Amino acid sequence: MNMNRKRLLQLLGATAVVTLIFGVRVRSGAAAAEQVIHLTAKKFEYSPSEITVKKGQPVVIEIVSLDRKHGFTIPDLKVRSDVKPGGKNIVRFTPDKTGTFNFHCDLFCGSGHEGMAGTLVVVE
Amino acid sequence: MGKSDSDSDQKDTSLRRRDFMKLAGLGGVVLVSGLGVRSYAADDYGAPRIGAMGKKATETAQEFYFVQLSDTHWGFEGPAVNPDAQGTLEKAVAAVNGLEDQPDFVVFTGDLTHTTDDDKEREERMKRFQDIASRLKVKTVRYLAGEHDASLDEGAAFQKFFGKLHYTFDHKGVHFIVLDNVSDPSAIVGDAQLVWLKADLKKLRHDAPIVVLTHRPLFDLAPDWDWATRDGSKVVDALMPYANVTVFYGHIHQENHHMTGHIAHHSAKGLMFALPAPMSVAKKAPIPWDAAAPYKGLGFRDIEADVKKAEYEITELPVVKA
Ligand SMILES: [Cu+2]
Ligand SMILES: [Fe+2]
Repeated sequence: MNMNRKRLLQLLGATAVVTLIFGVRVRSGAAAAEQVIHLTAKKFEYSPSEITVKKGQPVVIEIVSLDRKHGFTIPDLKVRSDVKPGGKNIVRFTPDKTGTFNFHCDLFCGSGHEGMAGTLVVVE
Repeated sequence: MGKSDSDSDQKDTSLRRRDFMKLAGLGGVVLVSGLGVRSYAADDYGAPRIGAMGKKATETAQEFYFVQLSDTHWGFEGPAVNPDAQGTLEKAVAAVNGLEDQPDFVVFTGDLTHTTDDDKEREERMKRFQDIASRLKVKTVRYLAGEHDASLDEGAAFQKFFGKLHYTFDHKGVHFIVLDNVSDPSAIVGDAQLVWLKADLKKLRHDAPIVVLTHRPLFDLAPDWDWATRDGSKVVDALMPYANVTVFYGHIHQENHHMTGHIAHHSAKGLMFALPAPMSVAKKAPIPWDAAAPYKGLGFRDIEADVKKAEYEITELPVVKA
């Protein structure tokens, strides 16, 4: 009997905690974990060239250039940044739709510039 | 309502030239104006003539024509894409020289050379390009830079060979504005040039015929493919109060006709390789050479200006006659 009551309380307590977390997450996105992605840029590629992130969860892309100045843009998501050598270039956004989106270098960097691209996959 | 001799002379010359092109079986015609774009097949060749010439004989509308060549990419190598990379520009120059009535001027709308990371080689390519272009019979030739010419050295070599990156000129009543959206590697016109543009526009009447020449599209044609100018909307906004503005550009290696409000934008074919229609394939890449139809997708254009109406009749011409 005692054991059962204890277990019941434990169960109720657990439920309460879960509800609380859930509630916070719903009310503000701030509690959701950031998805941090490290990217390198060099003539004429990004590594990795495919990134997968979750919809509705903030994304932080830290880009390091290994050679010269590049750009980084995801036109469909209205995201862009210069990628300067000598430090981290940080891009933040929260994808609000699922799908496959292209990113590319939008700062002319030489003979292979036009092929300097990759894809961002946003999943549910 | 008597027609003056000079009027009929003007008309006759114009008709002769068009008839010649009709006989030569050269491509389709696009009549453009502030009101929109109308396309005609080669068979309907007579149709735009009426529109372009005007109905009233008393209208002594001044007409002239110029030729636009674009994206010659001198120095490009890729036999699968263009096995005649060394000969296409020469053939195009010969085709322009072969036009019965020579244009008032020729304009190259950028990517004269293919990019190279070697500064010395860039100058070599420009020199060679200049040698070939100097064989044009027409002595007035205007040059624009493309990102391949100017984005790696902010236009330094280009200016050495071809002069200013942005400038204006007037021709028989049309005000031409050459805009540079390539020497900044970020594909922008930039604030300084925008200030310059606005100051230039301020001097014009709001109904002045204006032609803007530039390399990249000034609107978001396909940002995913780098077919845009990042601050292009600021240029379009500055041009909006002017009733008669037409833009001719290059960069996308194919014809495209687009309206932003009343402003028409017309891209030209390239002279080294063709590119697919915007976003029509997963990855932008040159269209392979078709041995059965050599030089297909390449060409240049003849633009006939009716100054009074601010209308431009575009005739697309091939590198070599079929
Ligand atoms: Cu790049
Ligand atoms: Fe080009």
